Amino acid sequence: MSMPDKKGHYGIYGGKFAPETLMPALAELEAAYLAARKDREFTAELEFYNREFIGRPTPLYFARRLTDHLGGAKIYLKREDLCHTGAHKINNSLAQVLLAKRMGKTRVVAETGAGQHGVATATAAAMFGLDCEVYMGTDDVARQSLNVFRMKLLGTVVRPVDLGSKTLKDAINEAMRDWITNVANTHYVLGTVFGPHPFPMMVRDFQSVIGREARKQIMKFEGKLPDAMIACVGGGSNAMGLFHEFLEEPSIKMYGVEAGGLGIERGKHAARFAGGSLGVLQGSKTFILQDQDGQIELTHSVSAGLDYAAVGPEHAFYHDSGRIEYTYAVDEEAMEAFDLLSRLEGIIPALESAHAVAYCLKLAPTLGKDKVVIVNLSGSGDKDVMQVAKIKGVEL
Amino acid sequence: MSRIKITFNRLKKKNETALIPYIMAGDPDLATTKTLILEMEKAGCDIIEIGAPFSDPLADGPTIQKAAIRSLQNHTSIADVLGLVADVRTTSKIPLILMTYYNLIFHYGEERFVNDAASAGLDGVILPDLPPEEATVLIPLAKKAGLDTIFLLAPTSTEDRIKLVCKVSQGFVYYVSLTGVTGARAGAVQSSIEESLKKIKAATDKPVAVGFGISTPAQASQIAHWGADGVIVGSALVKVIEEHVGTPELVVRAVEFARTLKQGVLAGHGN
Ligand SMILES: Cc1ncc(COP(=O)(O)O)c(C=O)c1O
Repeated sequence: MSMPDKKGHYGIYGGKFAPETLMPALAELEAAYLAARKDREFTAELEFYNREFIGRPTPLYFARRLTDHLGGAKIYLKREDLCHTGAHKINNSLAQVLLAKRMGKTRVVAETGAGQHGVATATAAAMFGLDCEVYMGTDDVARQSLNVFRMKLLGTVVRPVDLGSKTLKDAINEAMRDWITNVANTHYVLGTVFGPHPFPMMVRDFQSVIGREARKQIMKFEGKLPDAMIACVGGGSNAMGLFHEFLEEPSIKMYGVEAGGLGIERGKHAARFAGGSLGVLQGSKTFILQDQDGQIELTHSVSAGLDYAAVGPEHAFYHDSGRIEYTYAVDEEAMEAFDLLSRLEGIIPALESAHAVAYCLKLAPTLGKDKVVIVNLSGSGDKDVMQVAKIKGVEL
Repeated sequence: MSRIKITFNRLKKKNETALIPYIMAGDPDLATTKTLILEMEKAGCDIIEIGAPFSDPLADGPTIQKAAIRSLQNHTSIADVLGLVADVRTTSKIPLILMTYYNLIFHYGEERFVNDAASAGLDGVILPDLPPEEATVLIPLAKKAGLDTIFLLAPTSTEDRIKLVCKVSQGFVYYVSLTGVTGARAGAVQSSIEESLKKIKAATDKPVAVGFGISTPAQASQIAHWGADGVIVGSALVKVIEEHVGTPELVVRAVEFARTLKQGVLAGHGN
């Protein structure tokens, strides 16, 4: 089964719900991407930068102390935190900026929540010599100030968005408005498997390098496929990046972990599959958090990268088909996992990734010692230390 | 024949361009919106576009975003807006068009929406984030209910898309005058509009109305002069409302502005 269909649909999900101004740009982008994908020169260039600039392949690391501590399945961590700039986001940003350059665009814009996608795009733009502006909700600017400064150092203009929930959703609205206005010379580097077609497909493809590497690595270490995989799900790009390669391996169970925030109550979480319903937001038909009138609800998560009202359409499809199971971790569980991984493995995870680790803490002990689990460690916690200190009441 | 069609036919006979003001329903409250509609009709406006507020209006600039926020303070819903339409219909025949975002209609239920809209007396619907490609459910439902589905063209639209939109759009074709979001723009309107209008008019006999960015009587006049069948003014009018929220002059000022726009449109013709 090859998805999406020609119109960008994943079953009933996905599509291209975009203003007319962008429809030609989306068609142009799709054509450019499909041509680039088949072009040896483009793929070779991308491989080169993945290796020499991002530092791929990232290790698949056996977490011995965590495994012993939990006393169940063997746990491997896919170390996307070791990518240049500290998260998987650059796999997509770099590829899209390379594509934008090939399309003759001179400027890129992006949205960011945790700041990781913003930093990654700023980095790729600096490296390829394109102008870059990043939109970021003012709540996120406050809690991810380190990344804001990093973007500025990289020569990017950061535009705080003081609208709506003041988080990722509102940053996407503003980035889209910018793209609508400057579409002639600008490419919009969307940061996850979301938005109008072809973004969910293109971002998935660029992130799939995670799963392709993990397959080779686990076969080398274990001589067999893993029994389970876990990834956190904001828009869903790191999860889709790991899972996509293995979707047709029925023996592997897959778990997507959303942000449970303060618990599944209106406005207090970002678990779309637990508290959402079918709707259309920012170009895509999918599960969204909305009220009785169809207005988008406020969300909450300790991690800015998961704090979002909608989820990638391909995830919605696999939710319905049952191929991927979706669960959530609340703030407190993520914080516990954050501490535990830091102390047991010497790896400080991003608060987003800590949600995946949190579910691993529940799952691994229920599985036998002969079982193997891969957890996608989507990013490093370096960006989160200031916020974690604040939560713990520590003055730096 | 739909009220929108009747209106354009009537104006065409007089060689006149329609003035189509946009206001946000429930800004600052539904009673004011009703008064505005009825008074603008008296002031010579031909068709009224009513916005229903959405939390994430990605095709709108700051002025209409703020109007949506004001309206959402009262939780104005699609049901409320249809109630308003039904209320206006008890005394007025002016064509009324709803402009909002697709999620609100999708969430309400497309079939339920077209039926409720038709019985309330709504004439058309504009959904800037619903291109024809994704409207395959809504278009036939709306057609059956007698509701016009109005689609948009933009300066970036290709020949193929001009053909597609001209074919599916009902009531009129909405030409977005600039590459950007809604919002008043000072100065002269882009001269490329004249050429775009010619291109679109060559592709269809349907009326073509031009909107986005048009803010002054002089600009409205220019667009009419270039042969548009309708001129749509949103943000500039919403701005007048914003400036008078909480004052007794709100209605008078907004209607006065609409009247000058209509005069502009009239002056543009036959120049
Ligand atoms: C480290 C990290 N992990 C995960 C995410 C969530 O995004 P996605 O679900 O697209 O992987 C983010 C987003 O900012 C992130 O920075």
